[in-house]
Amino acid sequence: MSGVAVHLEGLRRTFGSVHALDNLDLEIAAGELIALLGPSGCGKTTALRVLAGLEDADAGRVLVGGKDVTALPANRRDMGMVFQAYSLFPHLTAVENVEFGLKLRGRRKVPGRAAEMLELVGLSSHGSRYPHQMSGGQQQRVALARALAIEPAVLLLDEPLSALDAKVRVQLREEIKRIQTEVGTTTLFVTHDQEEALAVADRVGVMKAGRLEQLAPPADVYQQPASAFVADFVGLSNRLPGIVSGPIISVLGTELPLVTPAAAGSATALVRPEAVHVTPDPEGGASVLTSSFLGSTSRVTVTVGETLVVAQVASSLLPSLTPGTPVRVTLQPVPVALDLSLS
Amino acid sequence: MAGVIAARRRKQRVFRWAVLVVLGVFFLLPLAAMLEFSTRNSETWPLLVNWPKLSDTYPDLAEGIVSSLEQAALTAILMLVLLVPTTIWVRLRLPKLRRFVEFLCLLPLTIPAIVLVVGLAPVYAWVTYFLGGSSLTLVFAYTILVLPYAYRAIDAGLSAIDVKTVAEAARSLGAGWTTVIVRVVLPNIRSAVLSAAFLTVALVLGEFTIASLLNRTNLQVSIELLGKSSATMSVAVSLAALLLAFVLLMLLSLAGGSKKEQK
Amino acid sequence: MASQAVAAPRRKLRGTALLGTVPFFAYVTIFLVIPTLVVVIGAFAGDDGGVSFANVKALTNDYILDAFGRSIVLSAVSAVIGAIGGALLAYALVTSKAGGVLRRVVTSAAGVLAQFGGVTLAFAFLATIGLSGFVTVWLKDHLSIDLYANGVWLFELPGLILIYTYFQIPLMLIVFLPALDGIRPQWREACESLGATTWQYWTRVAGPLLAPAFLGSTLLLFANAFSAYATAAALVSQGSPIIPLQIRGALTSEVVLGQQNLGKAMALGMVIVVAVVMGLYSLLERRTAKWLG
Repeated sequence: MSGVAVHLEGLRRTFGSVHALDNLDLEIAAGELIALLGPSGCGKTTALRVLAGLEDADAGRVLVGGKDVTALPANRRDMGMVFQAYSLFPHLTAVENVEFGLKLRGRRKVPGRAAEMLELVGLSSHGSRYPHQMSGGQQQRVALARALAIEPAVLLLDEPLSALDAKVRVQLREEIKRIQTEVGTTTLFVTHDQEEALAVADRVGVMKAGRLEQLAPPADVYQQPASAFVADFVGLSNRLPGIVSGPIISVLGTELPLVTPAAAGSATALVRPEAVHVTPDPEGGASVLTSSFLGSTSRVTVTVGETLVVAQVASSLLPSLTPGTPVRVTLQPVPVALDLSLS
Repeated sequence: MAGVIAARRRKQRVFRWAVLVVLGVFFLLPLAAMLEFSTRNSETWPLLVNWPKLSDTYPDLAEGIVSSLEQAALTAILMLVLLVPTTIWVRLRLPKLRRFVEFLCLLPLTIPAIVLVVGLAPVYAWVTYFLGGSSLTLVFAYTILVLPYAYRAIDAGLSAIDVKTVAEAARSLGAGWTTVIVRVVLPNIRSAVLSAAFLTVALVLGEFTIASLLNRTNLQVSIELLGKSSATMSVAVSLAALLLAFVLLMLLSLAGGSKKEQK
Repeated sequence: MASQAVAAPRRKLRGTALLGTVPFFAYVTIFLVIPTLVVVIGAFAGDDGGVSFANVKALTNDYILDAFGRSIVLSAVSAVIGAIGGALLAYALVTSKAGGVLRRVVTSAAGVLAQFGGVTLAFAFLATIGLSGFVTVWLKDHLSIDLYANGVWLFELPGLILIYTYFQIPLMLIVFLPALDGIRPQWREACESLGATTWQYWTRVAGPLLAPAFLGSTLLLFANAFSAYATAAALVSQGSPIIPLQIRGALTSEVVLGQQNLGKAMALGMVIVVAVVMGLYSLLERRTAKWLG
């Protein structure tokens, strides 16, 4: 089974004076999983709901498999949807929830299909439980099974993990990725959690004020952010002063290439903690302020003159980087973005 | 744009206003009729606000009004004295009794006032023997009558704060039990206590069954009596009493509403 | 050993703690428990003080059974009308803006009107559709419609049903609104995305979910109407069509020989009906709390 392509064309939607969608264009290839990422109020959920038919757009078109579905009500759009939480029907058991959509279509072999879907999400033995007898993570699995049971053209996931505990969240997002790859349904995944977006998506769309700031594979979004907003929102960044000249910026004595060209002069570069290397050196001109153990990696804050720099280091190096240790700071020459909000 | 969702909203709006208009007429018509009826005689309303003349013309009504106001105030006080310390104490020291106290407090809900009167008759024979037949003795029965509503209000207030932790914090700072209840817990459930008192006043002002059948007087009993002699006056007093209850309970619900918004 | 040493003073503490509840329990005993026992025991007591089933047997007298029957019809009909009207109103409010002015005003007004029983309500309807009431006169003068062409029904069962509806609808709004609020918008959206029509949503999801709450609220309305006394007492001065008025009769003229405790038997009958109804109500309420809480 393979999915169909989805095309959002020039979508506009305003709530009062807020532009939730500002001429949004988005193409999702057949079978692709796109994650829409952004702060709350950026329009990502509105985009998903317009695609689902749960919200009207003021202008623009929605095409699914080349067919214009803009005027179709939600119940005729053939979309499977998983909500943030509590979307299971509380008076039905897990298996009855999964069967719900199938029965509406008068499909045969309903029980077989429902059992199959529960097995896909790893809950075969929980079929007769009611929602209130299941954990949040289990409920979301059933919701996923219910959405997929009808073999939808498009799968829509609206922050499906945000109400769960951190550990379950990581586990379930791996599972969503596996299942989506297995069934091959075209999927739109909306989240405000950048780690989640990077982990599950084929491509990540970072949204701001109703527009797409960048749409690219996860590694590109992280390593080559198209704008300061993306660099800032995705991952942690140091804001370090530097001097721009031509296609490079000089920061702490190291010359770094720029993601987008900028006017010459002083500027603020956004540098990832993992691009900062810290080595003990009595002549280094910097010193460790604090260090914190985070598991496999650790984080060290260093003062270089007036500037504070956060670096990510291997935890094995932590004993040699106690507060007060004189160190040398070097930057890895990867492309960086500039923080334009300060200049 | 197709506006599938907008079309549904429009349908819901039409339905909403249709329901509101139909029921609005049903509910406002009797109030309007009362106003019309009570103004058929132009002297009715001026007399109602002229207390000396009113108590001269209708001494029974005046007595009923005064009795009801006294009953409302005393019932509120008795209810608070009885219920507030007990509920706090049970939560703090006797949590196992909480269900039982709740059961007792909610019991009057399943005992209609008319039934309570039947059982209260012999009890009130003793009350009359010890305290006389004053209408103020109704306060004892009324306190039972308002118990479910007052209990719910106060219990909701106590549930909103973590009484146990607050009390433990105060005691770890050296406070005795009296200090805990009076200076720590009470200020935190002030609005719940206030709404319990409001409800009590509203219920007592509307009470008829017990007063009438125990041969005592209050506002409602005197209105009923008045209805037999002066229809316009009784309707005017009814409307005034209703408006008073309206204002009282509106204040209560608005106070409750704004409190919720703050959360 | 050590545990015993700890247990002893704690038990003593529990004892002194109990002292704090004495005023409450004493009061409730005198003014609630004893009256209840008076009714229950009195229902089975003869005029001579001995045990007797005469009163309970007397409940099967035709006039008492009729009164019970009319009480039940009045309560059931006014509960069903009130439940439907109140549910429609509640749904109308739920579709309006959450926390809007409309919703707050209507729920506050309902809070007042649900308590608005009693004498004032009777007079309100006398002023409206009494023989010289506002609406009666207006209809006669302007449309030549005589409300009472087929007899004066205001003081009989139809009139009581109409008047009771006036406090039943607001009560329904108050008790049913939380259940409607418990219906999550995701359920409707999930339904739609799974392909359900509006009809299918109501019959397969919202209907079954709301059924216990609706039924429970209707039972509460029934108990409310069944217990009501003041409105009927102020309105009906002749005869005792419903059971609370029969009790009034028994209380005010306890002279009929051999029936001194008949009022208590009727009161006991009322308590049993209300207790059964409220028991069912709390069962349904529990189900609702599980689904819509």
